[in-house]
Amino acid sequence: MEQATVREAPPAVPEGHEGAKADQALLQAEGVGYRIHGQPILRGVDVAVKSGEFLGIIGPNGAGKTTLMRVLAGIARPSEGQVTFAGRPLEQLSDRERARQIAFVSQNPGLGFGFTVRDVVSMGRYPYRRLWEGWRAEDQVAVEAAMAATGVLHLQHRPVTDLSGGERQRVFLARALAQQPRILFLDEPIANLDIRYQLEVLNLVSRLRERHGWTVVMAIHDLNWAIRYCDRLLVLQAGRLVACGPAQSVLNETLIETVFGVKSRIDREGERAVRVEFLSE
Amino acid sequence: MNDVRQAPTMASPEARTAPQTVGTGRVVTGAATAATEARARGRSGAALIRPVALLAGLAVLLAASVVVATAIGTVQLPYGETARVVLAKALGLPWALDATYEAIVWNVRLPRVLAAGAVGLALAVCGAAMQGLFKNPLASPDILGVSSGGALGAVVGIFLGWPLVNPWLVPAAAFAGALVTLVIVYALATRGGRTDMATLLLAGVAVSSFAGAIIALLYHFVEDGVLRQIVYWLMGNLGGKRWEHLAVLTPLVAAGCVGLWLLSRELNLLMGGEDDARALGVPVERTKRLVMVLASLATGAAVSVTGVIGFVGLIVPHIVRLLIGPDHRWLLPASGLLGASFLILADLLARTAFSPVELRTGIVTALAGVPFFLYLLAKRREMVRWG
Repeated sequence: MEQATVREAPPAVPEGHEGAKADQALLQAEGVGYRIHGQPILRGVDVAVKSGEFLGIIGPNGAGKTTLMRVLAGIARPSEGQVTFAGRPLEQLSDRERARQIAFVSQNPGLGFGFTVRDVVSMGRYPYRRLWEGWRAEDQVAVEAAMAATGVLHLQHRPVTDLSGGERQRVFLARALAQQPRILFLDEPIANLDIRYQLEVLNLVSRLRERHGWTVVMAIHDLNWAIRYCDRLLVLQAGRLVACGPAQSVLNETLIETVFGVKSRIDREGERAVRVEFLSE
Repeated sequence: MNDVRQAPTMASPEARTAPQTVGTGRVVTGAATAATEARARGRSGAALIRPVALLAGLAVLLAASVVVATAIGTVQLPYGETARVVLAKALGLPWALDATYEAIVWNVRLPRVLAAGAVGLALAVCGAAMQGLFKNPLASPDILGVSSGGALGAVVGIFLGWPLVNPWLVPAAAFAGALVTLVIVYALATRGGRTDMATLLLAGVAVSSFAGAIIALLYHFVEDGVLRQIVYWLMGNLGGKRWEHLAVLTPLVAAGCVGLWLLSRELNLLMGGEDDARALGVPVERTKRLVMVLASLATGAAVSVTGVIGFVGLIVPHIVRLLIGPDHRWLLPASGLLGASFLILADLLARTAFSPVELRTGIVTALAGVPFFLYLLAKRREMVRWG
């Protein structure tokens, strides 16, 4: 029964988009800058997020990773420059339109006192429902499928506040899945999780991405996970883009020392980086 | 890892956990059937029984409160006869009515009881909405300073001797004071189209205190008689309310409360934070603005007709949340019904406890409400431990 429900779930990619070419830029930022009280947080960032790719954003604390993600996802409006989604300026999309295309899982999602797992996942259907519209079959299917795919179905009647960190992360992934977006933003999805949950969440994201053809943009601290899971990496330092390229070739010892201030040695298989080892002084 | 893989094939855990949340309604004939049924009905099924039952119960409580509060007074009327008069007049039924009862019920008591109900409903609904908007269990309808601003407007009106000119001038001044306060507080907290909720909260508290200080200053310049009027007004009063008051109050309260109820889903999403709400498609700034305006309209109308009545808007939503949880689609109407009953009964107590002396209704709500609130707080700490 469960299996059937999951299989019947509509594809996450909306109709009419199947033809999107793998190399086409789905989301494009041009000369994006962001200021808070006049202080520049981002400066002149150009990025093109390709359809279907897994893009990792790395950089030290305070480099502007979260801000860049918020701007790219349309949650914050850039002070300079422009972000376009599938050729349309992002600010021309209404909040609802945008939320049907772009989902964002923040690092510490608000819990909303007392809501159950099912309540939270159902919130992912908000952008699809009009004021007087009841709960439709397709909303139901999307929510069930999202909970099944993330393995939280058995938690559905528990308050989110009762769950462990790993369980919560899966619930918020389920909410994003219920949004049926084309592009998913994850802000440090594995910070504060133990190693088992880190693997679990990253594998889950990879699997969901393959199944739904998602484009994923993820801010992540751990360089080894970044190399292992991402297609491309974007390196930020003090609000500027310092490097962007294939995950397994963009990093080198000099770049890591300049950006993070630590010495390292990268194990390679041929041209491909497979592991970063950090050296103590 | 394992539980992720297995989850899609597990049908039974849902059936096993289902009775835990609702407790009633879902008769488990077999685990598989129950799970299938639940999925088919989704939210429209068993999950609805509890809130619907609570709303029905609160509606009965409200109806009973109206009848009891109308029947009791200096002349005690029979409850059945009172209910008959109320029903016949409200629904236009051609029943034969006792003329004396009819006069007492319809002309004297019912307007006051219904005014108490409308004000209680408005304050409780606005309190619930404000607690949601600010994600703060201490929020109440006057958190934006609207009540204090209204009070200042009314006091200035009384100070200037307006009650002698026209009885409607003081309520009008109070309503104007409430709305001017909203505009000031909102403008202080809004930069570049974004309203900062922390600034809004502080601005509301500051403007409230300032209005209070001006009121206190005016005490020095008035005669005893006027001072009495001012103090009485500030304590909240439902005495002498007539159908005209209801005619003014009802549309504003109805517009405000229905409007807030239509924003329930947005309020639910805002509980998780503004960024998350925006990512889920909520037009955050527009929603905040609407909630503030609607709540201020209803609160301002309530304050201008009855003066400041505290604690209803703070306590009632907390009690309802303990009963049916935080979903605003249920929380707002249930709070409204309970708030209406609460204020009707508090006003009944105010009229009758030391009869013929009438207490101010605001004193009773505080005296009755605060100990109960503290009791709840001691018993159920989670009530105010949010997020």
